[in-house]
Amino acid sequence: MAMAGTVQAPRSSQARARAWLLGFLRFATVIVTTYLGLLAVTFFIGRVIPIDPVLAVLGDHASASAIAQARREMGLDLPLWQQFLLYLRQVLSGDLGTSVLTTNPVTTDIVRVFPATLELATFGTIVGVAIGIPLGVLAAVRRGSLADQVVRLVGLAGYSIPIFWLALVGLLFFYARLRWVAFPGRIDVAYEYTFTPITGLYLVDAVIQGQWDVAWDVFRHIVLPGCLLGYFSLAYVSRMTRSFMLNELGQEYIVAARAKGLAERRVIWRHALRNAAVPLVTVVVLSYASLLEGSVLTEIVFSWPGIGSYITNALQNADMSAVLGGTLIIGSVFIALNLLSDVLYRALDPRTRVR
Amino acid sequence: MTVHLRKQLIALAAGVSLAVIANGVPALAATPADTLVEAFAIDDIISLDPAEAFELSTAEVTCNTYDLLVRLDINDTSKVVPDLAESWTVSPDRLTYTFKLKPGLVFASGNPITAEDVAWSFERAVKLNLNPAFLLNQFGLTGDNVADKAKAVDPTTFTLTVDQPYAPSFVLNVLTSTVGSVVDKKLVLEHVKPVTPSDENKYDNDFGNGWLKTNYAGSGPFVTRVWKPSEAVVLERNDKYFGEKAKLARVIYRHIKESSGQRLALEAGDIDVARNLEPGDLEAVQANKDLAVASAAKGTIYYISLNQKNPNLAKPEVIEALKYLVDYDAIGKTLIKGIGQIHQTFLPKGQLGAVDENPYKLDLAKAKQLLAGAGLPDGFSVTMDVRSTQPVSGIAESFQQTAGQAGVKVEIIPGDGKQTLTKYRARKHDIYIGQWGSDYWDPNSNAETFTANPDNSDDGKSKTLAWRNAWDVPALTAKTKSALLEEDPAKRAAIYKELQEAVLKDGPFVTIFQQIEVAGLSGKLKGFRLGPTFDSNFLAAVSKD
Repeated sequence: MAMAGTVQAPRSSQARARAWLLGFLRFATVIVTTYLGLLAVTFFIGRVIPIDPVLAVLGDHASASAIAQARREMGLDLPLWQQFLLYLRQVLSGDLGTSVLTTNPVTTDIVRVFPATLELATFGTIVGVAIGIPLGVLAAVRRGSLADQVVRLVGLAGYSIPIFWLALVGLLFFYARLRWVAFPGRIDVAYEYTFTPITGLYLVDAVIQGQWDVAWDVFRHIVLPGCLLGYFSLAYVSRMTRSFMLNELGQEYIVAARAKGLAERRVIWRHALRNAAVPLVTVVVLSYASLLEGSVLTEIVFSWPGIGSYITNALQNADMSAVLGGTLIIGSVFIALNLLSDVLYRALDPRTRVR
Repeated sequence: MTVHLRKQLIALAAGVSLAVIANGVPALAATPADTLVEAFAIDDIISLDPAEAFELSTAEVTCNTYDLLVRLDINDTSKVVPDLAESWTVSPDRLTYTFKLKPGLVFASGNPITAEDVAWSFERAVKLNLNPAFLLNQFGLTGDNVADKAKAVDPTTFTLTVDQPYAPSFVLNVLTSTVGSVVDKKLVLEHVKPVTPSDENKYDNDFGNGWLKTNYAGSGPFVTRVWKPSEAVVLERNDKYFGEKAKLARVIYRHIKESSGQRLALEAGDIDVARNLEPGDLEAVQANKDLAVASAAKGTIYYISLNQKNPNLAKPEVIEALKYLVDYDAIGKTLIKGIGQIHQTFLPKGQLGAVDENPYKLDLAKAKQLLAGAGLPDGFSVTMDVRSTQPVSGIAESFQQTAGQAGVKVEIIPGDGKQTLTKYRARKHDIYIGQWGSDYWDPNSNAETFTANPDNSDDGKSKTLAWRNAWDVPALTAKTKSALLEEDPAKRAAIYKELQEAVLKDGPFVTIFQQIEVAGLSGKLKGFRLGPTFDSNFLAAVSKD
């Protein structure tokens, strides 16, 4: 790619503008087809599931006339393709529909549940990166040592232990025995009235408003589920860091740097890690994205009102507007994070920059 | 990073860890003294409007925040007691019920409660035609006639005219369910939204349903302050309540779905009541001397049903054999310990005419003999739809094992609750295990579904449990109807006894147990009591030390 760039004659500004436009159009097409495919697949899967959506609204005991009325009001008597087109038209006009279960517009629900997941996932990713990368570097540098074995064991455990079990054990130990952390939910009952969220990220909101006691309480609520997710992110990040670092440490420029007499610390953290950081960005972003989907089990155990349990609950009740709305949001987050990782990739790796 | 900054950071980190340690000294948390905090799976709530809500959690919220004309007497469930109504009379032809309201009643909003509010509450429930509307439809109330049949004669007199001379106990029992809640007409009318009339919905407005889904317009001992779906419901004391005022200022239901989470929070003192404890956690709570347990038998029956469209299951001997192939004793001692009691008739204990007889026991020899009599000495294969939650999946596995010993090979099809229910309602199952909760505290609720099947064709409108299992029983259907019109309670009870005996003997229902609702309680609570129904779990009398 870099070669092609250098060989080409300097382009006129017109040609450059056309290239940009083409690039933009290609990008737009990809986005539109991605969204359309996402919606279509989710919609049809939702309709194929053998669950009668009316049951969620009316329950098992309602009369035949009430059921018929609800069916028509929900548009379920129309052919499937017509239902889909109606839904598309609605979404294009900015309306994600109304959730049957919460009776709120899906947009309102998502504004409520997504920040909870965002806060938890961000906390988890920070923990995962802050601990995972140094551990990975350590394991790579001391390859084969006891430290390496321990890091690998920690990573393996993170892959194989069911999060549900770990969450309950964590609660039993840190909450029930030691009383270090708080439970359940995001905030204590005592603050339920006095605290007004702004962004929905409670930790941030409490700090902005200078309510330090609230911030401490919120921290005590988030720290256990956050560290749990962090552990799973750590397991992945440390393993990948280790393998990227091993790859870099075998390169000739490392030998050159050492031969030059640079301090080992500088060789590892400045030279090797900086190069390993390029693929690592993708790893971190992907792990962040997977946490943003909402960890359903963690959310259920900690009564964390996030998007994972919201969508699962909606799916089990065939509440399609909520499922589709949630899927759209998660899809958007994925697309946005992929873009972000592309941008970061370019910033970190000079070879990929457009000249 | 300068050395100075680094030092500061280290100091900060040290401070934080000290704070963690200081805070980490085990100390029991406590809920606020004037607040009751309950952990409860409340993700079933879809609306707070009494004309729409029909879920278990909502029943409890509604019964604590709205008033009815009459209420179930939780000390003697065969009686109803006055609530907003001071007295009532039934006309000699048993068609007209006249209720006299207590004087000087007001809603939480301060508006007076009049017979006009009562009439409008009935009218909107019928015209909205939502989930619980069928309760009032039973009296012959329709959108076209409700304004005439349920009306205010004067500000304190309300009359209800029914279409047939029903047993008065039946009419009054139905009126104790939450659909009869009286809403504040003046307040709700301020929030009515216009709608475009269509074929199904002839009315030009939503009767305030859109607003009342998430808001409150009642007069009960508590007012609903907020409902956050799948998070919390907060109730506050209504100081304008006509009766004895609630002892606590506030009730908070927190959504915790997981039984072990509820138990941990109860033990730690972060909640006062745990409402969804499974047998293992319940035992731990019982063993803890700082905690207590409340329990009450509810009107929910768990049963296995046999689709009569399956030729094997339609044989009378097979039906009887399967009733001998359930290990009732083992199920009672382990799977439903503390949360259910073995009960083999379809009327829950406590309802008029309920028979408390459990004639069946696990009896392999008898079952094999019956199967041989049905021409199936080697048994047969059959599927069973089971939703993947306890205790039903455990019971299904136990049944699979015992039935297998007699040669009946049961293949379990696991599924999500709504999924198995959808299949059941389309009667495409062989064997189904499920539960039925009485819609109101009257024997007709269960009799009408277990023993009535007015039209057994595939497009039959009335999807009763008898219909779902293709059990075509015109004689029992007629008998169920006759019980409904029987004025004398003793004679009425006798008919229900006959119906239960018939199902026990020949019906395609293997009734297994009646649910007991349990709650783990903090030792500090006083006066907490679970009622016989989900809409009689009253909280006004609860206090704390």
